[in-house]
This record gives sequence, structure tokens and C-alpha cells, in this order.
Amino acid sequence: MPQVGTDNRQEVDKVSSISLRNVKKKYVNDVVVDHLNLEIRDGSFTVLVGPSGCGKSTTLRMITGLESVTEGDVLIDGQRVNEVAPGKRDIAMVFQNYALYPTMTVEENIEFGLINKKIPKAERARRIQEVCEIVGLTEYLKRKPANLSGGQRQRVALARAMVKAPRVFMMDEPLSNLDAKLRGQMRVELIRMHKRMGTTFVYVTHDQVEAMSMADDIVLMDQGKIVQQSSPWELYHNPNCIYTAQFVGSPQTNILDGRLSEGKKLGFRPEKVHMQPVDAGKGINIPATIRTREMLGSELIYSMETPYGIIMCKSEEDVPEESRVTLGIALESMYLFGADTRRCNFGEEEKKEVIQKFGGSC
Amino acid sequence: MKEQNKKLTAVVNVLDIAGKLVLILIMAFPFFWMISTALKTLAETLTVPPTMLPASPQWDNFSEVFKTIPVWRYLRNSLIVCISVVFLQYLVIVPAAYSLSKYDYKARPLFFALVMLGQMIPMQITFLPVYFMFSKMGLIDTYTSMIIPFISNPFGVFMLRQYFMQVPTEVIEAARLDNASDLKIMFRIMMPMVRSALITLGLLSFITNWNNYFWPLIMTSKDAYRTLPIGISLLKDADSLQRWNIIMAGNLLLVLPMLLLYIIASKKIRNAFVYSGIK
Repeated sequence: MPQVGTDNRQEVDKVSSISLRNVKKKYVNDVVVDHLNLEIRDGSFTVLVGPSGCGKSTTLRMITGLESVTEGDVLIDGQRVNEVAPGKRDIAMVFQNYALYPTMTVEENIEFGLINKKIPKAERARRIQEVCEIVGLTEYLKRKPANLSGGQRQRVALARAMVKAPRVFMMDEPLSNLDAKLRGQMRVELIRMHKRMGTTFVYVTHDQVEAMSMADDIVLMDQGKIVQQSSPWELYHNPNCIYTAQFVGSPQTNILDGRLSEGKKLGFRPEKVHMQPVDAGKGINIPATIRTREMLGSELIYSMETPYGIIMCKSEEDVPEESRVTLGIALESMYLFGADTRRCNFGEEEKKEVIQKFGGSC
Repeated sequence: MKEQNKKLTAVVNVLDIAGKLVLILIMAFPFFWMISTALKTLAETLTVPPTMLPASPQWDNFSEVFKTIPVWRYLRNSLIVCISVVFLQYLVIVPAAYSLSKYDYKARPLFFALVMLGQMIPMQITFLPVYFMFSKMGLIDTYTSMIIPFISNPFGVFMLRQYFMQVPTEVIEAARLDNASDLKIMFRIMMPMVRSALITLGLLSFITNWNNYFWPLIMTSKDAYRTLPIGISLLKDADSLQRWNIIMAGNLLLVLPMLLLYIIASKKIRNAFVYSGIK
């Protein structure tokens, strides 16, 4: 495995912030991205995440300039770049299918961008050698992409982007063509690469695990809009709506509906559901029957039938199917959502109502 | 039941092979006849019943061709025309196909339809106005008149467009992010990726132009600019007895280069067509 981070040469001077102001993208009659306001911090590892068709790739492509902006402004380092050609924005990108030049050798692939930037030959050779040592491609320089494995191609794509020492490093689902094991390794390597280069990384994925594990800053999108932008910790512990709460974490957050006043909904994560009752006044206790049981190794996932509908539970306890148990859920691990699905205040009064409606004791 | 099936397959196989043999015979016989006649004496070409093979091969027939018409000059003219067409047409076809396959603009369907229309209208319909135009411009009896009309090859645009459409857009986008100009993308990325199609197109258009009879016939009246097919046809003498053996020897000289070219490159040509079919 190549070692990232053995070289201490840092390029912290090439760090850039990105802002999108009121950006809109329209294809004929389809509005893909609408009134998007996004700030990407200097040197952050920002992940745009969301289901397919949510506009995350389009957003990324508008930053690179591969996609035009219908309305609004794209700024890099405070400068408006709407009309700047992609090649002049000092951005490097890794594509999902790598998009290597198939007729060129690995070396030519990596060198192509440098030649176009009119970098002198000696400097090109030095940079290529350095980058190839980092990603471990030195022995494959003379090969064509067709003669490389998926993982090696991925490395060529990374090397091709890194060698340009760009202001911003973009990645569009770069790991989704790799197998699970390699994907895990590459995740770690990308985190190390980001630490070492210090450049701003913008990463697009539909995979919440990828997003949570790598990001400093997650931008969760849905239907062309930003739902929540925050650190992974915040996103998990402090979701601002049902959509966020259910997008992050697996199985998804339980939502109990139809009991509380004004259409309010109660949410709690499966890993916060315990099979012991909680003390009265500290939470709610729900009688349940185990319907299915999935053994995942370190933990088990149960689907339980309760008077309030199906509740998912993630636990280390091993209980047989069809057992009757009492589920205890503490008040501090609950979220309260309004009828509009937004998170709302969970004060003393609401707590009382929850305990009253869902039964505070067994 | 099984036995019957076997018999049926055998019969089908025999019919299959027999059918193919008949087809091969129909295709190959004129060729054979040309070669055989080219090696006969004049007397032997006229005997009834005709002989299949020459009694003794007359190699002198070929030198007779060279004595009767200026073969080298015609050959040179043919080569000038064909090679110019092949190289100049790349200048038109490649950018056109790139634009029609990878650029999105409102008039694109219209332009593509116009290209296809160009393919559908036979030359015999347009030759008269073109002739008058060239005549006014003083282009009759020049190489230009034989080269210009063929450098915009609609079939070439169509075929190359299909190939370019298979080039992943991301590759072009990657090049764009690498600060490559459109020309550079075309020359360094796209053209190497469709090399086999480019070679095939070149060969096909070379062969078509080499065999072209009609156009050079109307565009030239002087020996200095005649191409080989026209020259060979001059072996036919309207006033006296046709010397079939000499005519056939001339024709053999005409088709030989193309035959060799095809034998060398046939695999490439076939591959190019196979790939365009299956992606």
C-alpha cells in the first residue's frame, strides 16, 4: 500500500474558499438546483450528500464550470468565476468512471494537464515522480489504463488531479466503482491526502457512511436544495428535520406519528432504543414483540411490533424472535418534529405530553 | 426423431454451402474472366466456343497497354486526386463529427439532417449545376474540380459521429479541466480514440475515388488531368475491332492496387464496421 503523508511538503498557500450565491440551474423546464446558497470553507473536506437526482453532482459541476449557471454567482476566493473556463479555474476533478485518456500511458495521462499549463519539462518530471511515489504508481508509468486494475486506475485519476496542485480538489463519487474492501482503504487514504495537501476538497456521494467518515462539513441535499449543512457530529446528533434524521444512520430513525397534539411527531434512533425500562419521568416505556431479527456480528437489528407501529431497534443483546419485551427510550435521546417535519422545541411541556401519550411506566 | 433432426441439419448445411458457392461463383467469375482474357491473344479472345484458360499466357499484353496509353501519367493523376481527397476530407469530417456528437446547440438536428440529405442525393442530380459553376470558375480540367466535391463526405461525418458519441463525455470534460482547447481535445484525445474508424474512412474514400469514373469523365477533357479509370476506358477504340485482351490487361492494372490494399487492410475495415454496430 502506498504511504500518504511521508512527504512533508505542504501546499497550504493554495487554499480556497468557494461560495455559491442564489445559484439556480434549469434544464429546459426542469429546475435541478434552486436558490442554492453554499459556503465551502478554506481547506475543508466538504461532502455533498443526498439521494440520486438531488442536484449534488450538478452543484459540483457548476463549481467546476462544466455546467453553466442559469442564475446566481459562483465565487472562488471571493472572485466571480461564472464566465471563467473550467481549465482556468485551477480546479482538479476525479470522476466516477475515472475518465482517463485511454490512448495515453499513465505518465502521459498525468502529464497532459501540466503540458497545457505550460509547466517546464524538468518541473513536470519532478512533480510526476513525486505524485506517483505518493499514490504508488511508479512502476506502471508506461502502461495504458486498459492494462490496470480498477484500484490502479483510481490512483491514476487521483495522481492526475494531485499533480496539478489545484486550489480546489473535486471528486464525484470516486469510490463507487471499487469493491467494498478497497473502498474502505481509499477512504482512509483520501482523509490522509486531505490532511497532507491542506487543499479544499469537495466530494460528492450518495453514501452516508462515506460522507460521515470523511467530511469536516456535510452538505445534505434534497430536490435541489440544501437541507442541512453541518459537521458529521451535528448532523447525527442534531438533525434539523425528519429528512436529515432519517438520512443519516442505519436503520433509519424511528418516527412515531399520530399521537401528539398539532401533528407533532416523535423521533428516536434505533441505537437509542433499549430493552430495559427507564425510570418514570425520564423516558417512555413501550411494550413490544420481536418480529424479525438480523444478526450483523457486533450488533443485532430487531424489528418490533408495538401499539404505535413498527419500531426498529439496534442492540447488542441477543433475544429470540417472538419474545415480548419492554422498550425503554430516554427523553434526552428523542427529537420532536413539527407537522412541517422541521425539528421543534422539546421543552418541559412537550416532555410531559410525550410521557403522558406514550406511557411513562410499564 | 433425433435421427430426423440430424438429417435435416445435414441437408440445411449442404444447401447453405451450395448457396454460398453459387454466390462466390457469381462474384468471382468476372474477375477470373478478366484475368484469363488479359493473358490471351486477340485471336483466342474471339474463338467460339470461348476457352477458359489462355493457351499460353501473353505477358506482352501489359506492355502493350503502356504503349497505347500514358499509364504513368494517369496513375499519377489518380494518386494526386485520391490522396488529396483523403487528407482534405479529414479536415472537414472530424470537426463536423465532433460538433454533431459532443456539442449541444439548437441547430444541431438541422445540420445533421442536412448532412444526411447530402448522403441521400445522388451525384447525377447535382453534377450539372456543379459543372456549370466550375466551368464559370474555370475549374474544368483541373485537379481542384475532382477534389473539392468529395472532401465533404456525408457518410464519413455520419460514421465518425457514431464513433465520437461512444467517447465518454467525462473524458472530454477531464481534458477541459486539464485546460485543453477544443482543437487539442480533438487531435490528442478524440482522434487517437477512433483511430481505426479514421483509417477505415480513409481507405473507403480512397477506393471510392480511385474507382470514380463518372465525375472525372465530365470534369476532364485533356489527357494531362485524366485519371486512370478514364484512361483505361480509352483503350476501347470506337473505330476498329475491340482488343479485349489489352482492355482487360488495362483493367487488371486498374484494380490491382485496390485489391492489394483491401487484402492488407480488410481486417481493419471489417472491425471498424463491427464495432460501430455493437458499441
